[in-house]
Amino acid sequence: MEEQLEKELRFHLDEHANKLIAQGNAPDLAQRNARLALGGPEQVKEKCRDARGTRWLEDLFQDFRYALRTLRQRPGFAAVAILTLALGSGATTVMFTVINGVLLKPLAYPEADRLVTLHGKTEKYGEQWGFSYPEFHDYQSASRTLGSVAAWTYGGGTVTKPGEAEYVFGRLISSGLFSVLGVPLAEGRAFLPQEDQPGAAPVAVISYSLWQRRFGGSKETIGQHLILEGKSYTIVGIAPAGFRVDGDADIYTPLGQSRDPRMQDRAAFFIHVLGRLQPNVRLAQAQTEISVIARRLAMQYPEDNQGRGMVAHPLSQEVVGDVRPTLWLLLGAVSVVLLIACVNVASLLLARAVSRERELALRVALGASRGRLLRQCLTESTVLGISGGALGILLAFVGIHPFVSLWPGSLPRAEEVQLDWRVLLFALGLSLLSSLLFGLAPALRTPARELERALRGAGRSLAGSTRRLHSDFVVAEVALAVVLLVSAGILGRTLLRLSSLDPGFDTRNVLAAHVALSPAVLENPAKARAAWEDLDRARRLPGVQSVALADVVPMRVGEDSVGYWATPVPPPPDQLPLALTSIVTPDYLNVMGMRLRQGRFLNEQDRIGHELVVVIDDNLAQHAFVGNDPVGKGLWIQGMASNPVRIVGVVGHVRHWGLAGDDQSRVRDQIYCSFYQLPDPLVHFLSSVMSITVRTTITPLNVAEPLRRELRGPGADQTLYDVHTMDDLVSASLDRQRFLLWLFGIFAGLALLLACIGIYGVLTYLTNQRVPEIGLRMALGASTRDVMRLVLGQSFGMIVVGIAVGILGALAAGRLLEHLVDGTRPTDLSTFTIMIPILLAAALFASFIPARRASRVDPMSALRQE
Amino acid sequence: MTAPKTDLPQGTLDLLILKVVALGPVHGYAIAQRLEQVSRGVVQVPEGSLYPALHRLENRSLLAADWKETETGREAKFYRLTGKGRKQLETDAASWQRLIDAIALILGMANGGAR
Repeated sequence: MEEQLEKELRFHLDEHANKLIAQGNAPDLAQRNARLALGGPEQVKEKCRDARGTRWLEDLFQDFRYALRTLRQRPGFAAVAILTLALGSGATTVMFTVINGVLLKPLAYPEADRLVTLHGKTEKYGEQWGFSYPEFHDYQSASRTLGSVAAWTYGGGTVTKPGEAEYVFGRLISSGLFSVLGVPLAEGRAFLPQEDQPGAAPVAVISYSLWQRRFGGSKETIGQHLILEGKSYTIVGIAPAGFRVDGDADIYTPLGQSRDPRMQDRAAFFIHVLGRLQPNVRLAQAQTEISVIARRLAMQYPEDNQGRGMVAHPLSQEVVGDVRPTLWLLLGAVSVVLLIACVNVASLLLARAVSRERELALRVALGASRGRLLRQCLTESTVLGISGGALGILLAFVGIHPFVSLWPGSLPRAEEVQLDWRVLLFALGLSLLSSLLFGLAPALRTPARELERALRGAGRSLAGSTRRLHSDFVVAEVALAVVLLVSAGILGRTLLRLSSLDPGFDTRNVLAAHVALSPAVLENPAKARAAWEDLDRARRLPGVQSVALADVVPMRVGEDSVGYWATPVPPPPDQLPLALTSIVTPDYLNVMGMRLRQGRFLNEQDRIGHELVVVIDDNLAQHAFVGNDPVGKGLWIQGMASNPVRIVGVVGHVRHWGLAGDDQSRVRDQIYCSFYQLPDPLVHFLSSVMSITVRTTITPLNVAEPLRRELRGPGADQTLYDVHTMDDLVSASLDRQRFLLWLFGIFAGLALLLACIGIYGVLTYLTNQRVPEIGLRMALGASTRDVMRLVLGQSFGMIVVGIAVGILGALAAGRLLEHLVDGTRPTDLSTFTIMIPILLAAALFASFIPARRASRVDPMSALRQE
Repeated sequence: MTAPKTDLPQGTLDLLILKVVALGPVHGYAIAQRLEQVSRGVVQVPEGSLYPALHRLENRSLLAADWKETETGREAKFYRLTGKGRKQLETDAASWQRLIDAIALILGMANGGAR
């Protein structure tokens, strides 16, 4: 472009000169006249560039080069600024990447936004209910807003053929599940409606990973047989890789074929239901229709459905579960770090802008427009911001996978967390925004008026407004650091308090594992009973002290709640208090080291044929018998006998829902029943969920392998799975708090470091500006101490204001934490009294170095400067 | 070259350039020459503003440009009118004509009053 312009003008000049020569002028005179007629070639070019509108691009390029040059001149400054920004934006990008993958991206189903889950809901216990199987059919036939509805529940069992015996997780699904989700099978077909019926031929869909593992991914797998729980299933389909229904499962069987006695029970809410909205139907419309159906069912079946409502939620909400608040909380925390980083860079840039005041004034004097200088300053900060952002993306790229793997428990949709265009766009926007944020204040300082004063003052005269702006920066940094420090302190105290809580049992030296009995004995209750009793042989293993069975192990996934009442007249179904029932063997008390408060625990004499007895915890005793002695009293339990069972003892409450979650949980009463008193139909059902618990005299995990070998059973097809020590389960129940504490601790440390660097930078700058003044004071008799007091006093003022503002922010953050993190108490004073002095000490330390330097000013040379 | 020269009224340079270019592809120097000849030297073309104006018109797609050889064998940038430029020329010329008519009318009226 430039060359063409040059060529065009040269042509014009030559033609004009030739003409003048032809008219008889001397060549050099002709050329001169031609040039005069055109005007200065450079000016003409400049105007042409303006006319073409390419000017801004060239300016940008020029500014860019200028910015690079000035940054290269001060590599230390550039490195600190870029690293600071990279840390801030990197951490923020990591958090956003997780949020993007988990919360923002649509689920990997076609038209995933039309998928909903349905839940039962009661006044007393909220929305934690599933459906009963008959209800599922009612909704399936009644709903018009939902195009199709599907149901599933948990299953699984021991696969014995082909290959070695192995326990696999499974799901019982209705025939429509794959089509509702819109997921095509990798091979074969889904279940037909006629296969989803009692008595139909057993068929199964297996997971992609089981297919690879046991069948080598062979195409001939379809039509082959697989023995699950001793029953032969024909494999009709292979689920696509990565297919999940609330976690991984290896085998899917038709729900309608299940012989679970709960299938006909309208009060057994163990079915999960999901559906797909019809085109053009909104969630609110479906919600209305569902409530109408729920009301009709309540009238039709008052005994089971009275007071029972129904709600529909987007499926994505269910898949993501409760990580949503954690993620937003963390994004908020990293944003605070980024904000501090921005303020830091802003104060550094401002200090430089003030020392460059003279240069800028000179440029204005030479004709640079204010907008032009503003743009130049912003280009410089954008170069910083983009470099920091790019480095941040690199950090995020490296850090995202370690971060996801450190997530306590498993992060839902973790496989979808990756850097994509959305993340890159976010990171780019973030660095541009932060560039603007930290670049604007220094840029706006470009001189406009009082040029000659700026030129003469050599940047030494400090306008009041900059000083105020600088202290504002320090105040902001300190305030933000206080918020993070106090939040970390609150979490730390929460963790301390929770870990010192009594779980209600002795967690040391206890091992718990699920047992999958040999499929050969499962069908026969007597044989199953014998097989369970046979597990007592584990007692003979070296290092094993006592052995017990339990269906529910504290702090592990799995629960069984039933309604109970203590007076002959039951309350209405929606008012029924719930208790967590554990079906255990008598030695459970010893294995767990629970405390017996009153009466006795279950014993070997509590068997079928004897009176039904239960043991309750002190919470239930408190709720149902308010102060009266419950031992010997009767208790009615929903779904058990119509006669009351007798309470024989009271034990201390066990924190089943984890150290953190138990106080907030809705179901806190506990009932213990004897496994030996179970009626036959329940033995079959419970056999699929029972666990063995073992108290050891040696490290519990050392017992795991001998235990596994000892319990393989006569057919070598009994397996242990989900092997945990109780210590691990207890510790895992605080994983979320611990993880948050770690991250907040790191963020708070970063914030503190950045704030100190900021304070140091600002004070160094401010005291440098005051060197002549300090020199004068010293010349007039001020001592080293006075000068230090002067500088420290100035910084102390800013820090105190920052702390005051920060405390207000921290109080708000504390309320947020209390709301979002289980076990957090209202912010107490002690957190502040620990954290604030830490910050104060660090901040004063950061101010100490510039103060000392100021106190060593040589008055003579300082005055000579002036 | 002896007659007194008049400055161009504001905004007319573009119109004049369009008119000259409308006669056929032409390079910048020739435009300047032609304007001076056609106006019999009355109109002083400010050569310093000619090129910015050409580039502005090209940027607005009223003109298009190609590099071609002149009769003397040198390469020069030849401007030609685009369809958009032709339309612009028509409307501008029409409105300029209306303005001239109006001014002539007003001036004529004043003379009539004196007569």
